[in-house]
Order: sequence, then C-alpha cells, then structure tokens
Amino acid sequence: MKTNETIKVIGLDTGYSDRKHTNVITRDINASLYSRELTCLLGPNGAGKSTLLKTLTAFLPPLKGDILIEGQPLVAYSESDLAKVIGVVLTERLTINNMSVDELVGMGRSPYTGFWGHMSAYDKRIVNESISLVGIEGLRGRMVQTLSDGERQKVMIAKALAQETPVIFLDEPTAFLDYPSKVEILQLLQSLSRDRNKTVFLSTHDLELALQIADKVWLLDKPHGVTIGTPEELALNGAISMYFQREGLAFDIESRLFRILGLK
Amino acid sequence: MSRSSTIVLMMLLGLSIVGFFILNLLLGSVSIPMDEIVGILIGRDDGNVIWTNIILKSRLPQSLTAMMAGAGLAVSGLLMQTVFRNPLAGPSVLGISSGASLGVACVVLLSGSIGGVALSKLGVIGEVTITLSAIVGSLLIMALIAFVAQKVRGNVTLLIMGVMIGYIANAIIGVLKFFSAEEDIRAYVIWGLGSFSRVSGGQTSVFIILMLVLLPISFFLIKTLNLLLLGDSYAKNLGLNIKRARLLVIGCSGVLVAVVTAYCGPVVFLGLAVPHICRGLFHTSNHAVILPASLLGGASLALLCNLIARMPGFEGALPVNSVTALVGAPVVMWVLFNKRKNDV
Repeated sequence: MKTNETIKVIGLDTGYSDRKHTNVITRDINASLYSRELTCLLGPNGAGKSTLLKTLTAFLPPLKGDILIEGQPLVAYSESDLAKVIGVVLTERLTINNMSVDELVGMGRSPYTGFWGHMSAYDKRIVNESISLVGIEGLRGRMVQTLSDGERQKVMIAKALAQETPVIFLDEPTAFLDYPSKVEILQLLQSLSRDRNKTVFLSTHDLELALQIADKVWLLDKPHGVTIGTPEELALNGAISMYFQREGLAFDIESRLFRILGLK
Repeated sequence: MSRSSTIVLMMLLGLSIVGFFILNLLLGSVSIPMDEIVGILIGRDDGNVIWTNIILKSRLPQSLTAMMAGAGLAVSGLLMQTVFRNPLAGPSVLGISSGASLGVACVVLLSGSIGGVALSKLGVIGEVTITLSAIVGSLLIMALIAFVAQKVRGNVTLLIMGVMIGYIANAIIGVLKFFSAEEDIRAYVIWGLGSFSRVSGGQTSVFIILMLVLLPISFFLIKTLNLLLLGDSYAKNLGLNIKRARLLVIGCSGVLVAVVTAYCGPVVFLGLAVPHICRGLFHTSNHAVILPASLLGGASLALLCNLIARMPGFEGALPVNSVTALVGAPVVMWVLFNKRKNDV
C-alpha cells in the first residue's frame, strides 16, 4: 500500500482574532500530511504548536489560507461529517467520574449512532476492536477516574480509533508519562498508522524519541516558521540544530541525540 | 454496575413512588380507611362527603403535584450539573428561581401599592396571576442567561453570571418589599416557602399536563448530555454543536424550573440533591440511566417530603422547603461519605 495525501495546508496563518486585534501565531504554512505516516510536530514552548493543532482540527478558524482534508476544504465539512474524518486526543484532563472505559471508548461511536445514541452490533464490534488494538482489554470495566495518566491516554486513543477516522490528531500525548510509557504510546501510534492506514499527527516535546520513531517531522518556531522533512533529512541539513541548538546545548548528528555542553 | 441490578434499582425507585403515593393518600390529620379511599378514587359515591373532598380536592392533587414537581426539579438539576460540569449547580443557582420570585414579587407586592387592589385577596384570579408572573419572570431571566451563554465561553463564567443575576433579582425584591403593604409581603413570603398544595382545582391538571409534556422532552437530550460530559472540545470533535447543545439543555431545564416554581414556589434542594443521590446509587454518569433515575428519584423524594410535612401531629403542614432541606441534606452527605475516594 502506498501513502496518500490526506491533508493539505496552503498558505495557512493561524492565531486568534477578535473585532479589535489579530494575533498571528504562525505564518504562511504550506505542508501536507500523509496516510500510513506518523508525523510529529516539534518546537519550543510558545512556538504555536497547540494553535496549529487547534486550527487543523477546526477548533479555531484559520486567519488566512486553506486546509484541505481529503481534497475538500475544512470549512465545507459539517460538524458531524468532520467527526467522521478527524479524531482527536487532547491534553485537557477529563472531568468525568463514574464512566467506564467501555462506555468512554463507546462515545467514539457517537458520530455514527442515531438520535438516542444506541449502539448497534457493528458499533460494539468496532469498540471491541479498538480496545484490543490499543491493548487495554484489562481496563474495560474500570472507571475512568481510577486510571493512571498512561492508561487514560490509551483509552482516549482507543476512543479516537472507535471514531474510525482516517486522521488522528494528538496534542502532546506523551506529556506526563514515564519514559517506557512514552515509548509505548509512540510505538502504538506508529503501528496504528502502518496497520490501519491512518494519518497520525502529534505534537510533542520528546524530541529524541520523535526523531527515532517519526516518519516525518514538522519543526516549528517563531523565527523560522515551519520546516518539514524526515528526521534524517532534518538532522543532516542542520535544521534541527538551527531550531533547537542553544548555548550549552548541541545536537549530535551521528547519534541524533542532544548533548549538554560545558559539563565537567 | 450490571444491567440487571440497574433495572432492579430502577424498579425499586418506581415501587417507592407507588408506596409513598399511597401513604400520601392514606396519612393525614384526618384518618380515612384504605377501602374508602379506593372507593372514592374509583368513583363509588357512597361515602362521606368530607372524606371525598379531602381525597379528591386535597390529598390527590397535592400528591400528584409533589410527584411532578419533584421529577421536574431533579431532572432540571441534573441537566444543569451536566451542562455546567459543576456538582453544585442546581435550579436555584442560575438565578432562574430568583427570576420567578422577582416576577411574583413584582405582581404581588406592586399590585397593592400601585393598583390599589391587594392581589392576595383576589382568590383564583390572584393565583393564576401569580403563576403567570412566576413563569414570565423566570423565562425572562432564562432568556438573559441564554443570551449571555452565547457571548461567554467558559461555563464557570456563565455560572457566576447566573449567581450574580440571582443576587440582583433578590436585591430588587428586597427594595419592593420595603415599599409594600404588610399583607402583601405576607402573601409573598408564604409563596416563597414553597408548597405542593398551593395549586388548587383546575390548575393542578394544567400543571400536571404541562409536566407530562415537558419531562419527556428532556429524554431527547440523553446523547447530547453524555457528549457534554467529555468536555467541549471532545464533544465538538464527536460532532456536537456546542452552542446549540448548551442552549437546548439550559432552555429545557430552565422551562422545567420555571413551571415548577410558578406552581409550587421556589422549592429548594431537590434539584441539587436528587442527581447526587442517583449517581451514588447507580455508580454511573450515563444519562440513559441517570436521567430516568433522577426523574423517579425526584418524584419519590418529593412525595416523601410532602408526607413528612403533613405527618399527623403537625397541625396544618410544615413548609415544604424546611422538609426538603432536612431530608435531602443528610442524604447527600451520607452519599458523599460513602463514595469511594476517587468517585467524587
């Protein structure tokens, strides 16, 4: 199977505006996302990663430019159609109590269920599949509030899978996790993109992990805008050093790791 | 909780309604034998005229009113707690019952000073006027809240706005009271105590029909309410139009409170307490369970409170508001204490 262009971004400005002010956060992004690829959005704090993600997921209207999803402009999608194309996993903490993992993953089926939200046999099968794909069969009956951060992240990924969207966006899915869990989540997302033909796009601060596992990387910061490439290309052409190198911090192209300089 | 135990619990709630309803007919300052009550209810006209009057004109309408009012307040409280994602939200919090009070205060207190007729002396016309003014008052406040809901983003902001609007309404009531005749103030205070028996005669059937129309409408919101539990962003990503959903839920619960308050006065506590009690009983947040449970639980608890307020021994009846608080508050505290640590 080959990769397809699922999302195309043309001349996109993101940011916030109200009647009086326009605050442009990122400028003139031209880029594409492909199915069967795990793409990581990397950049320092305040670069506009969240704003970009919110714009791509239609939580925030773009200030300028176009976003095409499977060839259709994002604005042409109704709320319910969009729910079948883009699934999200967010950083915001859930405030729900007394909802089981099963029920929460089942919420991913809401774009497909009818007026009363009743799940058909097919819906239940998809929920079961999503749960076993993420490997959380053991958590099914647990209440959401009793889960650890890593477990909850997996449940939300299962929810996004149950949504059966070709595209999954994740806002810092590895934040708050211990190192093995970070690796586990990223590996899971990578295999989902391969095996399930998904377009996976996530923002993260785990640079070194992302460089090892991502198919494509978007580097984002204020002075340079967006630079896109495979981790290898970006390492070799010096883009990663350009974005992240600071006094006392150097990127080692050979090992693709960062080194702290000046340590004795 | 398994499906079967949910069903059993739901049936128990239903049975408790039947039980309390019968007790409500049976108990009172005049004791009437059970077989006579049955006779009166099925229309066998052989008994005591006084007994017939007590049952048909007092106990039956009062029980039906309590049942409907309790169900309405509980459902409305649940809706508000979900849409504001705040366990302390309830019908009185958004200022909607204050709106009703303001409407009533305007009419009751001003009629004496401006029109020269004390409304408290007008009988049925007075009652209808009070009901209408309560509905108008609360719907006006609700329209204001709905308007604000379109403008502000955060739910907490909206909640605080509601509380503030409530304060303003109460302040205006205070000013009105200052300029009013004593008997009008008394009439207003009695309305404010809340009562399931204030509604009389033909008005009871109007109230019951209204509630029978309004309560089922809330069931159309089950899927929306469950999505709202996930938070605005996840709900939107799952295809929910957040603004419309908020408006629908606030509107539905607002109209319920408006109608109940109009007929029974501002009955406190049921709307806040019942959803908590039901969540404690059923261990779920799923509205497909918790909404019917709150409806049944509200009806049941209101009947129980009405029963206590009218216990033999209390001459006349205690104010319903004292009873709802006295019965409800300890129950909520008990539920909270018994919850597992992570549940709250």
